[in-house]
Amino acid sequence: MEILRFTTAGSVDDGKSTLIGRLLYDSKSIFEDQLDQVSETSKRKGLEHVDLSLLTDGLRAEREQGITIDVAYRYFATPKRKFIIADTPGHIQYTRNMVTGASTANLALILIDARKGLVEQTHRHAIIASLLQIPHMIVCVNKMDLVDYDEAIFEKIQEEFKEFAAKLNLKDIRFVPISALKGDNVVNRSELTPWYSGETLLHTLENIYISSDNNYIDPRFAVQTIIRPHSDKFHDFRGYAGRISSGVFRKGDDIVALPSGFTSKVKNIFNGMKEVEEAYPPQSVTITLEDDIDISRGDMLVRPNNQPEQTQDLDVMLCWMDDQPPRPRAKYILRHTTNEARCMIKDIKYKMNINTLSRIEGDKSLHMNDIARVQLRTTKPILWDPYKSNRITGSLILVDEATNNTVAAGMIRRKK
Amino acid sequence: MSNYQLSHLDELEAEAIYVLREVFSQFQNPALLFSGGKDSITVAHLAKKAFYPAKIPFTFLHVDTGHNFPETIKFRDDLIEDLGVRLAVGSVQDAIDDGRVMEETGANASRNKLQITALLDTIEDENFDVAIGGGRRDEEKARAKERFFSHRDEFGQWDPKHQRPELWNLFNGKYNPGEHFRAFPISNWTEFDVWQYIMRENIEIPSLYLAHERDVIWRDNTWLPMSEHIVLRDGEKVEKKKIRFRTLGDITITGGIESDADTIEKVVEEVSAMRQTERGNRSDDKRSETSMEDRKKEGYF
Repeated sequence: MEILRFTTAGSVDDGKSTLIGRLLYDSKSIFEDQLDQVSETSKRKGLEHVDLSLLTDGLRAEREQGITIDVAYRYFATPKRKFIIADTPGHIQYTRNMVTGASTANLALILIDARKGLVEQTHRHAIIASLLQIPHMIVCVNKMDLVDYDEAIFEKIQEEFKEFAAKLNLKDIRFVPISALKGDNVVNRSELTPWYSGETLLHTLENIYISSDNNYIDPRFAVQTIIRPHSDKFHDFRGYAGRISSGVFRKGDDIVALPSGFTSKVKNIFNGMKEVEEAYPPQSVTITLEDDIDISRGDMLVRPNNQPEQTQDLDVMLCWMDDQPPRPRAKYILRHTTNEARCMIKDIKYKMNINTLSRIEGDKSLHMNDIARVQLRTTKPILWDPYKSNRITGSLILVDEATNNTVAAGMIRRKK
Repeated sequence: MSNYQLSHLDELEAEAIYVLREVFSQFQNPALLFSGGKDSITVAHLAKKAFYPAKIPFTFLHVDTGHNFPETIKFRDDLIEDLGVRLAVGSVQDAIDDGRVMEETGANASRNKLQITALLDTIEDENFDVAIGGGRRDEEKARAKERFFSHRDEFGQWDPKHQRPELWNLFNGKYNPGEHFRAFPISNWTEFDVWQYIMRENIEIPSLYLAHERDVIWRDNTWLPMSEHIVLRDGEKVEKKKIRFRTLGDITITGGIESDADTIEKVVEEVSAMRQTERGNRSDDKRSETSMEDRKKEGYF
């Protein structure tokens, strides 16, 4: 059984909570006492139906205001897969939460109200999914029950979405006509959509091929910490602990440690207490080398013939996440893999209209939820790959030295 | 490439080990919150793997309400010795004796909330800058909002509305003096995952988790274990039942369920068919709809 991580975004009225509630309920992932609690609260609020959004909106403020503020993580499993849902609010003022939810997702679930078709929010969610390079997307055309399960409406929305998506970088898009409320094509195939020959939503979630989502081509291993037991049995043991970002490492492989450039061979690989022949993403392992070379946290082991970029200037698509805009000439702590450096924002090239994908030129300010193409300059070289080919070595965050807050998230682009 | 696909347990394990190593690397003096329950036992097992062949580089911190299952304390002491780690105890009884907290009174009195003071005082006394917990997001709706690295201010408080965004696998553990962090390596695990993992890894757990005969009373819709701390109320009587516990906490508030599952395999089977959340048998969570959020804001686990 594998894990599929997917993200959803949306507001109360597009049926997102109902859909999640149904997936949880139909997969028996909602417990009776949870359901009792939600029914009781719904009744107290004077609602006629059981408000399943109360399952996901956990914080007092969210329940009082009836909105999702933060990312909530939900879990369900079928005999085939374990699912982790990053449930995020859809409003533009929560763009940063959507970006957060998207950062770890294999799949984006987009909901469109069949009566309304594509709206601004649909574009925004698709653009964020594309920017964050979520490998798969399922577009659910919801509330089909309210349009008499009309095939023409489904087809029209599908065409419009495809036309819009052509401008984006989305590889795998599927469309499912559903009614989250009635359950059509969610878990069970609907008899009311005989014209639809595709799979149900759950079937797609269970079977979509995700094995190739990781990068198995470019071996990258960022060192988290050094393991030195100092015990009699492991007196000279010196292991490099970390998580495989990408590629495959095997015993005997030639490696080069960056930034030092020293070379050696992989001696042993430990996965927990067990010695293994090879390691691949996203495993956490400990690697020992044939030679005693100077390696510390933040360094990266790679193959001599396949190395990342090393630069102090970074071309980055940045999402600003703090309520305070950057201070003039401010320095930030840049965190990238297990490495840390100081940096400054040298230039804001353009901002992006997150609803239309068009560029806003000339505006050099950055506010919360803005997405902008920026130039960063770091105090020391960073070992990076383009985000497009490597979501781990291509991503970074900025931390404000004054407040310690995480103020921005960035995706590194290859310079043209 | 399909042979390079990790199973869900392997992926969760790799993620938790990564988090534990980040904790070690980003903080000066980490504590691992150890209750003797299955979640903290699982975290201890993951920590062993994360730093092998070195010892676990964390102090174990037990917040002791003074109302323990004797089995839990024995289990704790054996494990501490086996792992060769240091144990620090935050004692609720001491906090009461010193006058730092007042024992609750009334019908539903418990020492649950008093643990907050014992925990925060120990964190301060020992200069811990991070406490690693076995909290899971599936446990409770306030916990569903937790970060892997969760900031606490100088009063130990959690501010759920102003949490630092957490993207990819980049964790920000920066803090000012006097503040600390909580870290949750098994955030993405469910109760079922924990049980499957315990079975797969053959992890030793206290016998309380397996069905056994015990003197119990029926109170607040659960079988509460009879102990010296329980005062019988009108109409309550002590009965012998075959029960097991789904969570382990303070003996006065942790209820058991009737069960015949006396092996881990049977427990896993039973959990997969379970229709009630595990915290449904914990009276600390039944006080109000947002009781977990309220306690967490003050510094609870």
